[in-house]
Amino acid sequence: MKTSKLQWSYIFLVYVFLYLPLIILIIFSFNEAPTGAVWKGFSLKWYDKLFHSSTLITGLINSLLIGISSATLVTIIGTLSAVTLFRFKFFGKNFIISLLYILIMSPEIIMGISLLLLFKFLSLSLGFQTLLITHITLCLPFVMAVLFTRLSNFDIHIIEAAKDLGANELQTFFHIILPSIFPAVVAAWILSFTISMDDSICAFFTSGPRFEILPQKIYAMVRTGVKPEVNALSTIIFGVSMLIVIVTQIMLKERKR
Amino acid sequence: MEKQKVLVELKQVCKSFDGKSVLNNLDLQIYNGEFLTILGPSGCGKTTTLRLIAGFEHADSGDIILDGKKINNIPANNREVHTVFQNYALFPHMTVFENIAFGLKMHKVPKNEIKDKVMEVLRIVKLEEFVDRKPHQLSGGQQQRVALARALVNKPLVLLLDEPLSALDASLRLNMQKELKQLQRKLGITFVLVTHDREEALSMSDRVIVMNQGVIEQCGTPKNLYEEPNSIFVANFIGDVNILKGEVLGFEDNLVKAKVEGRICSIKTKKQLQVGEKFTLLLRPEDMRIEKLSEHPDTDGLMVGNIETKIYKGATLDTTIKLNNGTIIKASEFFDEEYEDFDYNMNERVSVGWVSGWEVILQDERTKPFS
Amino acid sequence: MKEQSLFHKVTIGIIVLWLLLFALIPNIIMFVVSFMEYDSSSFVKAVFTLDNYKQFFSDNYFKIFINSFKIAAIATLLCLFIGYPFAYILARSKSRYKGLLALLVVIPYWTSALIRTYAIFYMLSANGLINTILIKIGIIDAPLKLLYTEGAVIFGFVYTLLPFMILPLYATIEKFDFKYIEAAQDLGASKIRTFYHIILPLTSPGIIAGVVLVFLPALGLFYIPNLLGGKTMMVSNIIQEQFITSVIQNWPLGSAASVLITVVMGLMIWAYYKSSKSFQTKVL
Repeated sequence: MKTSKLQWSYIFLVYVFLYLPLIILIIFSFNEAPTGAVWKGFSLKWYDKLFHSSTLITGLINSLLIGISSATLVTIIGTLSAVTLFRFKFFGKNFIISLLYILIMSPEIIMGISLLLLFKFLSLSLGFQTLLITHITLCLPFVMAVLFTRLSNFDIHIIEAAKDLGANELQTFFHIILPSIFPAVVAAWILSFTISMDDSICAFFTSGPRFEILPQKIYAMVRTGVKPEVNALSTIIFGVSMLIVIVTQIMLKERKR
Repeated sequence: MEKQKVLVELKQVCKSFDGKSVLNNLDLQIYNGEFLTILGPSGCGKTTTLRLIAGFEHADSGDIILDGKKINNIPANNREVHTVFQNYALFPHMTVFENIAFGLKMHKVPKNEIKDKVMEVLRIVKLEEFVDRKPHQLSGGQQQRVALARALVNKPLVLLLDEPLSALDASLRLNMQKELKQLQRKLGITFVLVTHDREEALSMSDRVIVMNQGVIEQCGTPKNLYEEPNSIFVANFIGDVNILKGEVLGFEDNLVKAKVEGRICSIKTKKQLQVGEKFTLLLRPEDMRIEKLSEHPDTDGLMVGNIETKIYKGATLDTTIKLNNGTIIKASEFFDEEYEDFDYNMNERVSVGWVSGWEVILQDERTKPFS
Repeated sequence: MKEQSLFHKVTIGIIVLWLLLFALIPNIIMFVVSFMEYDSSSFVKAVFTLDNYKQFFSDNYFKIFINSFKIAAIATLLCLFIGYPFAYILARSKSRYKGLLALLVVIPYWTSALIRTYAIFYMLSANGLINTILIKIGIIDAPLKLLYTEGAVIFGFVYTLLPFMILPLYATIEKFDFKYIEAAQDLGASKIRTFYHIILPLTSPGIIAGVVLVFLPALGLFYIPNLLGGKTMMVSNIIQEQFITSVIQNWPLGSAASVLITVVMGLMIWAYYKSSKSFQTKVL
């Protein structure tokens, strides 16, 4: 059946709905006037203000710090565990897998407050470490899911071949398994990094005033009304996200070739 | 060839998966330098046997001995045994060179030595110019050779081959059969091959083991198995066979006088038979002889039937004959100089016999049903 | 395998410990705390009580609890009604750019949900784009109160969560064999009956997945009702207030609210699991 003009217009309308608010936000980040939807001329002054806003810059640095460290740690933990879980049967394996499923489904707000309770219970003061733990827990099931998907079409005989040729457990992991699943490991890292950077829920509960990340700062600023420098920041974040999407898509295409 | 030295021995090995027994008190000896084939239908335990020797599985009970040492608890990476996998299991991210060098690298062989050894084995498998290719840039036959080279470069005591030719197309498979056999002769390494293809087993091996449902049915040279199968299962698995019912009538000058599907005949056998005992007679299609009936109007004491199908095969004429009691007999007759153009009419009534001395007698306890 | 090397033990040990310590135990603590008394000095007093639940089911809190389900449900239905035709048309189209068009749905999802919420906030604000345009055209004289309404919150949820509805729908409809439709029509079914008897049941796994993926986050994304609703509108706001923003932080009460959300979530996942299972047995 051919898609009719009416159908295409419906598709178009949904895209308008999805993109219009973001496009408006981006356009008006270059507006001279501080608020309102009236164009007063092109200006970069909100970008200038943004780069001089110590709150937002600190937030960004903290976000990057937590994003990179949690993504790196969770990728290491997740990769090692996914490979071991994939390869061996042992008591409690299904229990681990079901816990991961529950974790992936449970709302972030529940994860946030339950971890907050745990940290209070352990008398840990909220900050970098507690947020690091939170983000690793948040990303762990996603990392495992990405790697399980890759491993599910991994030929187990290749591992046997490596052992057959004299490689021990560690050598098999580093020479054979890791290089074969490396694109998935990179994908898992990028996914974790984005989840961590985007986390606007858990951080509110498990990170204290000593260590606030970007979403917390943005939230605090916009609660009281429109802030043009947040428009500028959103534009930059949107641009960077696009860049990451494009780069990963190209990387995946190259890999396939 | 230093023949009778036992290199690998399996003693009373049992193995089950999830409570389902796969190997049942398996005893097996592999001699140094031989080309042994384990033949059997899928699920008979042949691959499990191979994986036990390789070290990918562990026996529930029993011992596995390699070169006089018990290796039950030695992990796969420390056994001087290498495997050629069914799907080759080449490392997809490594070049041909890196694949072959992997085992040497793991055994910490010096770099310059690795290069020499890899190039030497590549010369043997005739793949020198493909040294920098990745596995996916090679044809199936080439991948097969890389898998062979990767295992052989480490000079294993035993090379295990798990259905190595099953992924190749028919003509390539015949070529590789020949090459494998030549390679094994040249290197003198013990080869243990697992297959479900009887022609592969017969054409390459010094010795064949036929397995079924976790036990060894019979073990012997290809000729031995073909000509003297000791069960209907083996006879059937090794080739086409006619299974005939017979009864002992009496004894005459060391010969057994018997009635087989209506035919009165004398059979020479070492088996101890009694008068009135029922037995099974196995005959290959090419053992059968057909005679036109018009020359013998009296059909008493003959095996009589009608030609049901005939297929011209070039060198032979293959026929099936339906006996009066419904049994179907397969026959395969060669054209020779004397009878260059013998032929039968469809439905022609004929009498069936066989070349005496080529029959195999199975007594009742060996005539268990076959699958 | 019999011999488990140190490598395995360590990796398994880390993940097991991590999941126990940071996934299972925190939820148990939350459950236990929801049955404890409130204490102004140390947040929690270790005395068993059902008061938190009683308090929760009384007057105001319960209204909000019910209201949050109402809002989440409306948002989910809107997503379904917008998303299903979209996914259906896209999946059935023979355009070369089908894959790219599907990717276009995901791209906004790659920017943070908070920023997308802010974009809506910006659009709906008193001197935002919609009001400005409406005033310019002359339909209204003074800006409408678009922000800080339930409608704004629902709009925000639909905007933020629509891709989660479209993607599973697209995936199932894409896999759907359209020969069935021809078969049904061949047997005399009208278009509507074909849709109701053939297409709808066979794409129901996608519908259910989409509903779960929109409804559950809608219960938890507290900043959407906060920014666009402006007052305590949903149960996620109660939790947030009791744990962070409120002057008097009643953790046991917040825990009770969280336990209730978790129970609802568990029931939904269970229903999802059941339906997908019965679906499979029905088809096979």
